[in-house]
Amino acid sequence: MESEPITLPFTPTGQRAMSAAHRGAARANPAGRIVAELRGVRKHYGTVQALRGVDLQVRSGEVLALLGPNGAGKTTAVGLLLGLLKPTAGEVSLFGGDPSSTAAKVRVGAMLQISGVPATLKVREHLELFASYYPAPLSVARALELADLTEVADRPYGKLSGGQKQRVHFALALVGNPDLLFLDEPTTGLDVGARRAFWEQVRDFIGSGRTVVLTTHYLEEADALADRIVVVDHGAVIAEGTPAEVKSRTAGRRIHAVTSLGRDEVLALENVVSVERNGAALEILASHAEPVVLELLQRDPALRDLEVGGAGLEDAFLALTNRPQA
Amino acid sequence: MTTATAHPTTAAKRNLPRLYLLETKYEFLKLWRLRAYSLSTLVFPVMFYLIFGSSFGGFSTQGIRVAAYLMVSYAAVGVINAAVFAFGAGVAGERGQGWMMLKRVSPMPASAYFTAKTLMAVMFSVLVLVALTITAFLLQGVHLPVLTWLKLLGTLAAGVLPFAALGLAFGYALGPNSAPTVLNLVNLPMTFVSGLYIPITQLPPFVQHIAPYLPAYHFGQLALTAIGAHPVGTVGHHLLALAAFTAVFLALFIRAYRRDEGRTYG
Repeated sequence: MESEPITLPFTPTGQRAMSAAHRGAARANPAGRIVAELRGVRKHYGTVQALRGVDLQVRSGEVLALLGPNGAGKTTAVGLLLGLLKPTAGEVSLFGGDPSSTAAKVRVGAMLQISGVPATLKVREHLELFASYYPAPLSVARALELADLTEVADRPYGKLSGGQKQRVHFALALVGNPDLLFLDEPTTGLDVGARRAFWEQVRDFIGSGRTVVLTTHYLEEADALADRIVVVDHGAVIAEGTPAEVKSRTAGRRIHAVTSLGRDEVLALENVVSVERNGAALEILASHAEPVVLELLQRDPALRDLEVGGAGLEDAFLALTNRPQA
Repeated sequence: MTTATAHPTTAAKRNLPRLYLLETKYEFLKLWRLRAYSLSTLVFPVMFYLIFGSSFGGFSTQGIRVAAYLMVSYAAVGVINAAVFAFGAGVAGERGQGWMMLKRVSPMPASAYFTAKTLMAVMFSVLVLVALTITAFLLQGVHLPVLTWLKLLGTLAAGVLPFAALGLAFGYALGPNSAPTVLNLVNLPMTFVSGLYIPITQLPPFVQHIAPYLPAYHFGQLALTAIGAHPVGTVGHHLLALAAFTAVFLALFIRAYRRDEGRTYG
């Protein structure tokens, strides 16, 4: 089913680094203890349903990505797990207890979507203060080093660049030496270089078997860091698995062909998830390539420049969140 | 050492006194370095004393020299500013930034945050009184017996509490952008009408009738009584009024805090 028809020219598009998946195989521990959990959780804000019945388990040692577009409910899920919000219905537990208990909080670090911390305090001072909240924190020097802040340690927060400020928020999350680290949209607003550098810092920090819950709407970020991806949309979990599984299960293949067939006609075919016109060509996302290719060739014998490739995570995500119009 | 940093052990205990000390230290440094705050709290009262103290210092009111009256009342203004802005504008700003949310997620005891802000405002109260004591002595030869001065200091420091409550009530009711402006609009008329800029006895009668409805008036009268002024009204009545204001502001704060919960996380 999944094998490529080798007679056709083939453009691999799913060539993104497999490092996360490999690391996942080494790290993932299905029998790991559950450290954080949502059970049948609903959360309403007035008439807005942010979460509509979500079950989520975070296991010790895994890097879990909550992936979804803005407004999907990711940040609400994090807010509930951190005890900032109370569920409308359902249960939330963190280290087997109440998320807002001190016993749970001393084991957690969080990088949240905040606009800043007091501008007049120096980076080192912020870290010294935050470290004092925890029973066994990292040394300030170590936290500075992990977040690449050593050089600006004595600069007031208000004088830092945007990227440096983001790294201070990261350092504040890890200085408590947490077992469980929450990263809520950690690289929003960073350029590509800064984002990749940040992933390296996260990898360095989590290498020693820490548990991480990451929310992101950057697919590449989930792919680069996570062992397991939970795709969230409109307040519900719509897919779950390793990055490789999410890709293969949901998106199948990307088909490229120059054809006289209309976009709508192709979209109506079975197994077709989405169709985009690209000049004379159609870019087709299909759950299974073979029956679609067969059908295309039957309908348009003049079809040419046919290419079939693996779909990237981005395609999978699009396919999942823009459900095919019936 | 190296294994101890790999994972926090539940056996390890936090050093709570150090936690409270650091929270207070950085709360103080944070605002000390903020010129808008330290200037309005420390420099303005001294500046006003230089102007009004030189003009009216020789007269007397409520049984004391105006030079001494104004030293006390401008110190009260400094205390009110320190408390109202640290709690009102400070809390509103820190909620708006998300700093409060980060603190709430951390295992910091909530009491550390409020204790630190209170102690910080008390430290500013000490500083403003010292600055005014020196100015009043040099300019007008005002000097108080040590015990009287300490009694005044104690009264001023205790005054942090009602105005911290006022600040909290406004800080939670207002957005981070409007808080400083609104608090200025409340603070300046309140302190003026309460007789803290110009002796209450020199204000028009209708203003004197408004004053008892303001917490700053009762606070000012208590501070003046501490140095031996004849109070307008009785000490018990001023204490009761301040306690009532504090209770109302705290109730407003708690209501806004509950309403706020789950909306802005703050």
